[in-house]
Amino acid sequence: MSSLFASVMLPFILAPWVPALYRKAGRRVGFLVAVVPVSLFVYYLGFLGELGSEPVGFRLPWIPLLGVDLSFALDGFGLLFALLITGIGSLVVIYSTYYLGPREDLGKFYLYILIFMGAMLGVVTADNIVLLYIFWEITSVASFLLIGFWHTREESRWGALKAMMITVLGGFGILTAAVLLYVVGGSFELSALMENREAVLASPLYVPIVLLLLLGAFTKSAQAPFHIWLPGAMAAPTPVSAYLHSATMVKAGIFLVGRMAPLLGGTPLWYYTVSAVGAVTVFLGAFLAIRQTDLKALLAYSTVSQLGLIMPMFAAGTEVAALAGAAHILNHATFKGALFMLVGIIDHETHTRDLRRLGGLYKAMPVTAVLTGIAALSMAGVWPLNGFVSKELIFEAMLHPPFGPDVWTQAFAVLAVLGSAMTTIYCLILAHRINFGKPRYGDAEHPHDPPAGMLLGPVLLVGLVVLLGVYPYIAEGPIFNAAASGHMREEVHGHVHNVPVPGMPLAMSLIALGLGLWGYRHLESVRRAFDQVRPRVHANAVYDGILAGLDRLSRWMVRVHMTGLLRDYIAYILLVVFLGIGLAAAASGAAFDLRLDLAPMTFVEAVVIALIIAGAIAVAAFRHRLAAIVALSIVGLMVSFLYVQLRAPDLALTQLMVESISTVLILLAVRYLPPLPKEQDTARRKAADIALAAGAGALVAFLALMTNANRLFPSISQYFVENSKPLGGGSNIVNVILVDFRGVDTMGEITVLGIAALSVYALVTLRQRTRGRAERPVDDPPVAFDDPRSAARDAREGEMP
Amino acid sequence: MELAAIIAIGVLFGSGIYLLLKPRLLRVVFGSALISHAVNLLLLTSGRLKRGGAPLVGDVPAPVTDPLPQALILTAIVIGLGTTALILVLAYRIYQEKGTDDLRQLRGLEDES
Repeated sequence: MSSLFASVMLPFILAPWVPALYRKAGRRVGFLVAVVPVSLFVYYLGFLGELGSEPVGFRLPWIPLLGVDLSFALDGFGLLFALLITGIGSLVVIYSTYYLGPREDLGKFYLYILIFMGAMLGVVTADNIVLLYIFWEITSVASFLLIGFWHTREESRWGALKAMMITVLGGFGILTAAVLLYVVGGSFELSALMENREAVLASPLYVPIVLLLLLGAFTKSAQAPFHIWLPGAMAAPTPVSAYLHSATMVKAGIFLVGRMAPLLGGTPLWYYTVSAVGAVTVFLGAFLAIRQTDLKALLAYSTVSQLGLIMPMFAAGTEVAALAGAAHILNHATFKGALFMLVGIIDHETHTRDLRRLGGLYKAMPVTAVLTGIAALSMAGVWPLNGFVSKELIFEAMLHPPFGPDVWTQAFAVLAVLGSAMTTIYCLILAHRINFGKPRYGDAEHPHDPPAGMLLGPVLLVGLVVLLGVYPYIAEGPIFNAAASGHMREEVHGHVHNVPVPGMPLAMSLIALGLGLWGYRHLESVRRAFDQVRPRVHANAVYDGILAGLDRLSRWMVRVHMTGLLRDYIAYILLVVFLGIGLAAAASGAAFDLRLDLAPMTFVEAVVIALIIAGAIAVAAFRHRLAAIVALSIVGLMVSFLYVQLRAPDLALTQLMVESISTVLILLAVRYLPPLPKEQDTARRKAADIALAAGAGALVAFLALMTNANRLFPSISQYFVENSKPLGGGSNIVNVILVDFRGVDTMGEITVLGIAALSVYALVTLRQRTRGRAERPVDDPPVAFDDPRSAARDAREGEMP
Repeated sequence: MELAAIIAIGVLFGSGIYLLLKPRLLRVVFGSALISHAVNLLLLTSGRLKRGGAPLVGDVPAPVTDPLPQALILTAIVIGLGTTALILVLAYRIYQEKGTDDLRQLRGLEDES
C-alpha cells in the first residue's frame, strides 16, 4: 500500500509551496489548499467497510541499524482518526478563509496547517514507535506555531510556549518508553512488539513503560493535572482551536492509549491509572468550564472534560467500552468542532466572546443560534442527538468494568455523572443563555448570520450530529465497530442504539440532565458557590514555579562554572582529568604493575636534564619577565641538546630553529606588553596553585611511567624502518615518514601554519588600517599618558625595555 | 634515562600549569611553551630512548631509535611555533584594545554571566 505512504507525505510535500501560492493566488489560496484534505478525505473514505482489525501496511527501510523503518499500518482505529483529520481539516481550511482577516499571512497559516495534517496522519498510521514519536513531536511544533500565529500578542506566545513545554515533556516520555520497550521487546515495530506481549508484561520495566507512555498520552490529551495548557492554547485563531485543540491533536493521547492497549493494557495498573485520571479530569474540566466567562475558555475546559470521558474507554479492554470510545471520538469531534466554529462566528460578528455581554442572538443570527443550540444539546447528551448515543454507551461501559465493579469504579461512575451534570449546565449556557433573553450583541449593533461559506462547516457537522443521533446505525459497522476492532486487534460486533432503553445508563443520563437543569436555573448561586473554591495548590502555579526554578538552576550553573577566568577552567579540566585517569588507573590495576626497561644515562644527559628542570622552575618562579624569557630559552636549548643526545637529530635542528624564532617573537611582543606587576596573590592562593601544578606534573609523570612500563600493542615503527628506503626512497626515516608515509598529515600541518600566519598578519594589520597610524613601542605606551601607575610599575620592576 | 626524562616531563608540565593559572597573558604564553616541551618529551619517551642509532638507514643494517615519535614531535614543534605566535599577537592586540593584560579584567561582558 504505497498509496498510504503517499497520503501521509502529500501534505508535507505540498506545504512548502503554499507561501508562494499565496503570493500568486492571494486570499483564494484557502480553496486551493482545501483540495489536499478533501482529496485525502475521499481517499480514506475508500477504506470504509474494508478495514477492521486487520491493517493494510507499507514498509520502507529507513534506519535499519536502529530498527527504525518507515512502516505504516492503517486499520479501522487509525481510519477513524484519519477521516477526522482530513474531514474536519477540509472544513477548517475553508472556514478559515472567511475567518482570517485580509491582513493575515494566509501562506504561513496554511503551511502550518498542512504540516500539522501530515504529522497527525503520520501519528495515526505509524507502525513504528519511533516514527510515531517523530510525527508526534511535529504535531507539537505545528501546534506551537499555530497557537503563536498572532505572535505579536503576549498571550499567544505564552500559550504557545506552555503548550509546547507540556506536550514535549510528554513526548519525551514516549521516546523513553519506546527505548525501554525496545530493551524488553526487542523491536520498535508495534506489530512485532505485540508478538512479544508476554515478555513485556512480565518485565520489571513494565511499570515505568506504562507510566512514561501515559505521561505522553495525558499531556497531549490535556488530562489533569496537565490540562492547563489547553486553555492557554485558545490564544490561537479559532479555526485552529476547532481543528487541533478539539477534534484532532488533543485526541492523539487517546489514540496512543487505544493503540498501545493491546500491548500494555489488560492489567489493573493500566486500567485504574487511566480511569482515575480520566474521572478526575471529567469532573475538574466541567467544574472549571462553568466558572469561565470567555466562550472559548469554556469550550476549552469542556474539551478537557470530554477527553477525560473518552480516555478510560480505551483502557478498559471491553467491547462496549471500545465501541463507546470510538463513537464518542467521532461524536465529540462533530459537536465540538461545530461549536468552536460557531463561537468563532459569534466572535466575528459581535467582536466579543464574553458571555456576560451576549444574549438574544437568536433574533439577530437565527441560523448560528439554532446550530449552536443543537450542538450544545448534543454535548449535554440530549435525545435524539449523537451525544446521547455515545454517552449511553460510555455509562454502560463504566458499569461493566473489566475487573468487576468495586468501590473505585463506582467512584469513577459518580464523578462521571457529576461531571455530566455540570456539562449540562454549561451546555445550557451555550444553547439557551446567549441565544435567548434580552438582546446583548457585544460591540456590534446589528450582527447577522455570516456568509454561506463560513456556515458550511458548522452546517455539515451539525447535520452529522443529527444524523448520527437519529440513525446511528449507519456508522455502526463501517466506523464504530471498525475502529473498535482496530483498537482491540480482534473483530468487534457491538451495537449502538438511539432508542432510550430503561436501565441504569439511562438513569445516569437522566440524573445528569436533571441535576444540570436544576443547576442552570440557579446558575448565579452555583457560580458563586464554585467561585468560593480556591484550591491551595494550583497547577498553573506549579508550572510557573517549575519554569522559574529551571531558569534559576541554569543561571546558577552558568554563574558557577562560566567564570570567564582561564584559571578556573584549567582547574576544572584538571579536576576531571585527575578523577578520570585516577579512577581508570585504579580500576585497571596497571598502575601498580610497572615493568620498566631503562636505557643507561650518561653524565652529560644528567646535566642537561638537571638544567631543564632548573630552567622550568625558574620560568615559573621569576617575576622579572626578561629573566623568565632567558630561562625559557635555556629550557628550549637544553631540550634541543637532549634531542641530540637521544638520537633525534631532526628534532634537535627543528627545535633549535623554532626556539630562536619564538624567542625573537616573545621579545618583540614584550616590547608592546606592560611589565609584569608584583603579584597580589595571597599565600593561600599561591599554595593552592602550587599544589594544583604539582599534582598535574605528578599525574603526567605517572602517565609517562605507565606508558613506558606497559606496552599493550607492538610498535608499528619497524614497518617504517624497513620500508623507508624501498618505498620512500630516502635514508632519513623521520623525513620519509613526514613527507611520504604520513604526507597528508604534514599537508594539514602546513595548512594550520598558513592559517596561523594569516591570522597573525590580519590581527597586526587590522589595527593599523582602522587607526591609520603606526604602532608605538612600549616606552611610549598608549596607557601611559593617563596612567602614572604604569610608569611606576616600570620603575619598580627596574626593567629596561 | 627514562626515569630522569620522566621527572623532567613532570616538572615541565607542572611549571607550565602553574603559569597557566596566573592572570598575566605573557605568563600564559610561557606556560604553554613549557607544556609543549613536556608533551614532546613525553611522546619521545613513550617510544623508549636510545635503542640504537639515529633513525637513518645506513649501508649496514643497524638498530635505530624509534622514528615514529620523532616524526610526530616534529609536527608538534612546528605547530607549537604557530600557536605561540598566535597567542602572542592576540595578547598584543588585547592589550592594545583593552589597555590591560590581566585576565581577571578580561572576563567578557557584564550581561554574559
